[in-house]
Amino acid sequence: MKKKGIYQIKDSDKKVKEYTLSVLTEDKAGLLNSITIIFNRRKINIDSLNVSTTEVKGVSRFTIVVSSTKEKIIKVVNHINKLIDVLGAFLYEEDEIYYQEIALYKLSTKIFLKGDLVEKIIIRKYGAKILKIEKDHTIIQKTGTKAGTQKLYDELKKFGEILEFARSGRVALSKKKRKTINFLRTLEKTKSNKLNI
Amino acid sequence: MKEITGSEALIKSLIEEDVNTIFGYPGGAIMPIYDSLYSYLDKIDHILTRHEQGAIHAAQGYSRTSGKVGVCFATSGPGATNLITGIADAQIDSTPLVCITGQVPSQLLGTDAFQESDVIGISMPVTKWNYQITNANEITDIISRAFYIAKSGRPGPVLIDITKDAQFSNVRFNYKKCDKIRSYHPYPIIKKTKIKEAAKIINNSKKPLILVGQGVLLSKAENELLQLSEKTGIPVASTLLGLSAISCHHKNYVGYLGMHGNYGPNLKTNEADLLIAIGMRFDDRVTGDTTKYGTNAKIIHIEIDPSEIDKIIKTDVAINADAKEAILNLIPHLKKNHHKNWINEFRTCDKVEYEKIIDKEINVVEDKILMADVINRISNLTKGKSIVVTDVGQHQMVTSRYYKFSESNSNITSGGLGTMGFALPASLGAKIGQPKREVIAIIGDGGIQMTIQELATISQYNIKVKILILNNNFLGMVRQWQELFFDNRYSFTEMKNPNFNVIADGYGIKNNKVENKNDLDNCLKEFINYDGSYLLNVVVEKEENVFPMVPSGESVSNIRLE
Repeated sequence: MKKKGIYQIKDSDKKVKEYTLSVLTEDKAGLLNSITIIFNRRKINIDSLNVSTTEVKGVSRFTIVVSSTKEKIIKVVNHINKLIDVLGAFLYEEDEIYYQEIALYKLSTKIFLKGDLVEKIIIRKYGAKILKIEKDHTIIQKTGTKAGTQKLYDELKKFGEILEFARSGRVALSKKKRKTINFLRTLEKTKSNKLNI
Repeated sequence: MKEITGSEALIKSLIEEDVNTIFGYPGGAIMPIYDSLYSYLDKIDHILTRHEQGAIHAAQGYSRTSGKVGVCFATSGPGATNLITGIADAQIDSTPLVCITGQVPSQLLGTDAFQESDVIGISMPVTKWNYQITNANEITDIISRAFYIAKSGRPGPVLIDITKDAQFSNVRFNYKKCDKIRSYHPYPIIKKTKIKEAAKIINNSKKPLILVGQGVLLSKAENELLQLSEKTGIPVASTLLGLSAISCHHKNYVGYLGMHGNYGPNLKTNEADLLIAIGMRFDDRVTGDTTKYGTNAKIIHIEIDPSEIDKIIKTDVAINADAKEAILNLIPHLKKNHHKNWINEFRTCDKVEYEKIIDKEINVVEDKILMADVINRISNLTKGKSIVVTDVGQHQMVTSRYYKFSESNSNITSGGLGTMGFALPASLGAKIGQPKREVIAIIGDGGIQMTIQELATISQYNIKVKILILNNNFLGMVRQWQELFFDNRYSFTEMKNPNFNVIADGYGIKNNKVENKNDLDNCLKEFINYDGSYLLNVVVEKEENVFPMVPSGESVSNIRLE
């Protein structure tokens, strides 16, 4: 497991790609601001951001998605790792994580009276589900990637106006077998609190 | 256990952290703390500056000469915002500070109350850590954390904001020093493999060059640096903030790096086959064009802050560690060696620089006073043993070039942020931090007017600093750029200055003015030998340029001698 430390920059890191940062922190007020200003200072736009608790009490996880070059994003990760209340910031490319987003679509209920739209498109093709049907509107929910929820959006649009749409930030877990608590234990055991001379 | 107020708990916490000097300025939201302080004046001195910016720069100067954490107090709102420049300065120059600001009562937070400002939000990007205390029970823990964070690892400023109700409410005092935070690892564990890799490269190098930065001073590694250089025979060059880490008279010292540094170390950066950077961060004023920097060299970077590694210059071997620890680990693996021919190449450059620039500047035949001449004389008069505090601009670069430091920890300047107005208040703090050493503030006529009110502080506390104004009635460095790069268009750089001597009289500070070169020596001697604060106003040539110069954004190889 990678400790708080140095990500090294390689020469070929100039291509813009999508990166996911997973940042484990102490549960402290103000940290969201400390983290986002690091992006802001370099004029890097955050595509999505999610903060949640973890399985360990008092530890939060920030999941941040950005498009950037590896060189730039490594500097950001190293800077985030410097924040006092950050336990560890990890950088992932798409194939190194499991990730999902959730989208909600609000449509007029009338649209669903036009035939087998519900069954064919929503349920079978996109694996979405109907969350709520009201007299004047219906809520559809789909989890998946941004591209997947966008495709359903485009498809639904063909049948009529989408009244409201919202997509969550990405949540992600690494593909490695690991436990947050073990990571914390390693941190606590590391004798880097004092000078060793 | 008896309960005390939060404000008294704060003062007692500071005493527990061995604080004996505070620089500050009172106001509404910090009054309970000032009231508690009043009962502990036998243990803590407080210096009332004339502006909060003065307080924080004084705390910076104090910290840098004493090696302790500088502490300053300010009230909420404008008091706190006036600290921000100094905090940013301390952050970029790695100076450990704990700033305590008062805050409006917690129930008024966010209401635009009188003198309320979101100092936590404002200071977040420029502090190593900050925290708002709204409950007196937090005070002891947070203060002990603040000191641990400020001084450990790569040092930096910490701001603690305390609401007035937390200052007033009662609490039991039980102080425990912080020595560990699980999410904070200030001293990276050294990797032996990296030491060996670095040693191998050093042992095989033909033209190595050591670049020292302030990290050497901060980790008190001056002796280890000497051992390293003397065992291997490797020449040493210094950044602006690294100056005085090694004596300028040492046989292996080859000069000062950067935009207005010496000819040799800049030029030879691109001839070296190895750069060993110790506690420095490859600032753009040192590197110039990074794509044309160290072009023939492998790079070894010894650096305590992992985020600095590969930030500007890609390393071949990075040793993420405290400078002293790293050098101590490295030395046993290094072969005894010498690099006489290589050092002689620097000496040849020194000759060129002397003939083209230095000779003309310090041996002036005409009756005109040049900045370099003044600094050279002061350097000789003080044998390079004084603490020199500089502001920002031409006088700063000239001092860095001509003051021949012979003692460690003697160069106090605003490097990274380049804060005009830094020197006067920093010098009074520097003197309090090292009362037995001579402290000379060297300031331009522009910079001194930014914090000139601190003459009152110097006068009130009888702080024996020497203040030298190099007065050319211009914002000289900007004027130099206008001359060189903006077609002589002197847009708002000429100044009609006040009579600095009358001002010094007003503050009750002894002073003198030099306009003729014939008077210079005697006046400087009186200035240096006077036992007390003294302001010397030296009228220098109006339109001098500082050379050598690496034009902004160009390669260090393009260093210009004229």
